[in-house]
Amino acid sequence: MIRVVLPAHLRALARADGEVELRVEGPVTQCSVLDALEARYPVLRGTIRGHNGGPRRPFIRFYACAEDLSHEQPDAPLPDAVASGTEPYLIVGAMAGG
Amino acid sequence: MSGVRVLVGTRKGAFVLSADGKRGNWAVSGPHFPGWEIYHVKGSPADPDRLFASQTSGWFGQVIQRSDDGGASWNPVGNEFAYDGVPGTHQWYDGTPHPWEFARVWHLEPSLDDPDTVYAGVEDAGLFKSADGGQHWQELPGLRTHKSGPGWQPGAGGMCLHTIILDPGQPGRIFAAISAAGAFRSDDDGVTWQPVNRGLRSEGIPDSGAEVGHCVHRLAMHPSRPSVLYMQKHWDVMRSDDSAESWHEVSGNLPTDFGFPIDVHAHEPDTVYVVPITSDSHHFPPEGKLRVYRSRTGGDDWEALTRGLPQDHCYVNVLRDAMAVDSLDECGVYFGTTGGQVYASADAGDSWSPIVRDLPAVLSVEVQTLP
Repeated sequence: MIRVVLPAHLRALARADGEVELRVEGPVTQCSVLDALEARYPVLRGTIRGHNGGPRRPFIRFYACAEDLSHEQPDAPLPDAVASGTEPYLIVGAMAGG
Repeated sequence: MSGVRVLVGTRKGAFVLSADGKRGNWAVSGPHFPGWEIYHVKGSPADPDRLFASQTSGWFGQVIQRSDDGGASWNPVGNEFAYDGVPGTHQWYDGTPHPWEFARVWHLEPSLDDPDTVYAGVEDAGLFKSADGGQHWQELPGLRTHKSGPGWQPGAGGMCLHTIILDPGQPGRIFAAISAAGAFRSDDDGVTWQPVNRGLRSEGIPDSGAEVGHCVHRLAMHPSRPSVLYMQKHWDVMRSDDSAESWHEVSGNLPTDFGFPIDVHAHEPDTVYVVPITSDSHHFPPEGKLRVYRSRTGGDDWEALTRGLPQDHCYVNVLRDAMAVDSLDECGVYFGTTGGQVYASADAGDSWSPIVRDLPAVLSVEVQTLP
């Protein structure tokens, strides 16, 4: 299972408690994880990236294994530790606004 | 017993304020959607329990919420606002072409007779319509693609379509206003549009009487006399007696003719309310005195309404969508401030008292009169 951590506002919007666990078929990439997340929680469509798999929203960041993956290609494989569920995939609202 | 429900959108959530017809004791519900900007909340005239809310965030984008029980519970509906076709460009602040980009929904206007139909005015300026209770949205592109569109420029708050008025006397007639393009009218349910800005004068644009380019802040209409419209422009309070074909100024004796909201008494089509604000950049009440001005003559002659409002050291603003009236026998008037106060008058403006004092900055106020 893939473990996903959402920012608090999106947890509230999705009415999800704590980490979200997702089953992803095929290669584990940022795109496939977000596809699975949006399939589970359609309300999140458009809040993390554009509709229909569009680009990441500007103030959203993706982290895993202490690395910033925000600028990686959406179809690049995620680290093995994320694919195995050892480490979570973090969706973060960037700190901004003073 | 009849009652009122005041729907308040703020920078950090929505609030629902409820009272019986006496409007003396208020129940406060909220914040709903805490931490999100709630640009507008409005109820369906056809089903008062159906409410729509525009929930936005610079981080997470646009969400539309719907309640089917008068605000007790909410569920998100559709949030995909895709412009029709390739949207092209408008002018940026520096005059260069800038692609049309959806930012947020400023205003939601439910249909007068169908609870499943609702219109949305968005930034960058466009008009969308949902016929399924907000689940799906389709642009009415005739407004954005008007031949003048490539020349529209944003106002300081963005290029927003902030006012939508559905004409109760002529089905299919819609008025819309855009900062800073001006007022527009459709007579075919939003398919085609014409600018309706004749008579406006704006000193900040090269041709002060141009067909478009005016910073219209708000339009208001009394439903019993829909051919008469009132306008609060960046400067000037204006009136039209011919469905916006032409306008004339009715600022009269106002201390300043700048402001944002304008509204009309529920039972007196010639009684109009504005909140004068010092400008160009101050955006607080003149002399630190928060005064609503009322005209009982359809403009020109204005009286200051001060009883119960702070008359010294008050430096809040009242934004364009933050005033509303109820339709009880003694018309109630409501407005919210950027300081977080929501004031109510149960006597048509003669006296005021705060319902709440310390909300986040108020973006919008709407009122439902309940049976």
